[in-house]
Amino acid sequence: MSAELIQDQSIGNIGNDYSQYGFQDKEDYIFKSGRGLTEEIVRKISSMKNEPEWMLKYRLRALEIFLKKPMPKWGNCGLLDSIDFENIFYFVRSSERSEKNWDDVPEGIKQTFDRLGIPEAERKFLAGVTAQYESEVVYHSIREDLLAQGVIFLDMDTGLREHEDIIRKHFGTVIPAADNKFSALNSAVWSGGSFVWVPEGVRVEIPLQAYFRINAENMGQFERTLIIAEPGSYVHYIEGCTAPTYSTDSLHSAVVELIAKPGSHIRYTTIQNWSKNVYNLVTKRAVADTDAKVEWVDGNLGSKLTMKYPAIHLIGERAHGEVLSIAFAGEDQHQDAGAKMVHAAPNTTSMIVSKSISKNGGRTSYRGLVKVHPNCPGSKSNVKCDALLLDEKSRSDTYPTMEIDEKDVTIEHEATVSKVGEEQLFYLMSRGLTQDEATAMIINGFFEPFTKELPLEYAVELNRLIQLEMSGSVG
Amino acid sequence: MTAKQPLLSVQNLHAKVEDKEILKGVNLEIFPGEVHAIMGRNGSGKSTLSYTLMGHPRYIVTEGKILFKGVDITAMTPDERARSGLALAFQYPVAIPGVSVSNFVRASVNAVRGKDVPIKEFRTELKEQMKKLGVANEFLGRYINDGFSGGEKKRLEILQLALLKPALAVLDETDSGLDIDALKTVSEGINNLSNPETAILLITHYQRILNYVEPQFVHVFQDGRIVKSGGGELSKELEARGYDWVSQELTPSGVS
Repeated sequence: MSAELIQDQSIGNIGNDYSQYGFQDKEDYIFKSGRGLTEEIVRKISSMKNEPEWMLKYRLRALEIFLKKPMPKWGNCGLLDSIDFENIFYFVRSSERSEKNWDDVPEGIKQTFDRLGIPEAERKFLAGVTAQYESEVVYHSIREDLLAQGVIFLDMDTGLREHEDIIRKHFGTVIPAADNKFSALNSAVWSGGSFVWVPEGVRVEIPLQAYFRINAENMGQFERTLIIAEPGSYVHYIEGCTAPTYSTDSLHSAVVELIAKPGSHIRYTTIQNWSKNVYNLVTKRAVADTDAKVEWVDGNLGSKLTMKYPAIHLIGERAHGEVLSIAFAGEDQHQDAGAKMVHAAPNTTSMIVSKSISKNGGRTSYRGLVKVHPNCPGSKSNVKCDALLLDEKSRSDTYPTMEIDEKDVTIEHEATVSKVGEEQLFYLMSRGLTQDEATAMIINGFFEPFTKELPLEYAVELNRLIQLEMSGSVG
Repeated sequence: MTAKQPLLSVQNLHAKVEDKEILKGVNLEIFPGEVHAIMGRNGSGKSTLSYTLMGHPRYIVTEGKILFKGVDITAMTPDERARSGLALAFQYPVAIPGVSVSNFVRASVNAVRGKDVPIKEFRTELKEQMKKLGVANEFLGRYINDGFSGGEKKRLEILQLALLKPALAVLDETDSGLDIDALKTVSEGINNLSNPETAILLITHYQRILNYVEPQFVHVFQDGRIVKSGGGELSKELEARGYDWVSQELTPSGVS
């Protein structure tokens, strides 16, 4: 039986019941961490996963760093300081997740499921009522294609068990534990997330999707993702979904590391729509080598507070980085997003497009950094951030930073703040669209540079979600 | 034969923008099958009339009313008016970045017709009208009015009206900025909107377009209202004698 399990696992648990394969023989070891974070909990997490000694040591060092590091003094300190670290469960196995009652799921979320036409089984999964979601037949054929190409696409836990060498070489090299308090936290208690390795010269034409069609582990609080593209390869990874995702875990702190070796191309698309109780504090960073290209396509629709600044370090000549991000903040939401581009080689180029919308007192912030190291001539960077405020109550801030230590560069930055134009509304309404329909259309147009980069089904869902938001029928 | 109901009946319409009264008692009746032209100088209030008819929120009616198909539309929103069969071709159509022509036109047609037109049927109609109006296929994917030349914008306005088939089409200086070829094509499009059940209200500065879209009724607009009305030959007289002639003619009777 174990040989068959490994065969299946080497293509990843796409759509499978994770607990069946991962912990079958550990069932007798019932574990649920108590609240709060201690060394004992970290040790238990590591031993439950049967991890090599070096990973346990890594976790413990990270824990030390986490406990010592102060909270950041910037950003929405009011909200950050209200996080009660003592009152969080740092590890719960999905098979032991107490199944929530469908009746407890907020009404607004159920209504959105209705209006978006989310199938029954998916609703229960998104609402956390069931921990698993059945895979669809289509994924079986994708798995065979990947196997044939030699691509590794596994959950991180399994990846560590089966490809320890690759992971040991790259894990934490892009985002060290000490990078910030939350990367330290993740490094101590990470669980789940994806491991992707693409062999040299291989192009993975189908986007690798790690969203709800996989399983609860991949939507965990402390996912750790590592994607390595060998020279000349291409991969597009997508996570998240536009449908609202209800989580009682209030702190989500993922770490995503991308390594784009020379001539390779990685595109990473995220759409998150976490419920409004979630703090979503993510560290995402990529390293792009000579002639490599990395794109972060980042959609922030949900959560109470998101702090996320996808970064790209351009370390080889002619490397290219792009961040295309949208943020939508409604009542009681703060989307604090942006990007960081670090030019550390000559003739590197970067582009940041940030589009945000605030409504009903919501708040969006753009926090961006463009840094050019000395001796990087020919570097070019273009930043465009547009904010749309839908009413008087809402707020938008921009905090751009430029640290340019090289003379031969071209750096452009353009920022606009506007409200929905009256003349635009009148024009659309004079052609029969109601005010809500017209506003939704203008907003969809505002987000269009982002939406056109999404696979079609996501784009369609996003447009519909925006129409719902505009009709005021979604809280 | 029963008396026909006017399609549009504007009764003593007064309207202001930002506390300035622009329309000072407009009276106008348009019956199905008719083509009317309103001519006047810049600043006479012609565009204000078209915006007020269409229900722009900044244009506030202070007195009088507008009846369309016998229904008082004075308090209706622009989209309600559109769905009841009124349409306005703008003088300066605004750009909507990120919204493609095809998406917008389709949404608009569905909204006004009150149901989703099947894609195939819509595409056929759309292509047909585009051909008639000389609108190139590549416009479908472009963002509406974004970077369009004046002539392109005007053609697109008429294209939309051709698909919406309004009972009353109000055309606000559609001729401005058009070269002779564009003028001919656009005029043909306007004439195609006209049939015994529909009517056209052409607002213009110059006589030129009226050579191609011939009105049965011409009204002169001055100081926020219609000061003189006549048949088609009135426009030619205006062209020959200028607007001053009208003012001079009116002053003795104390109308201003």
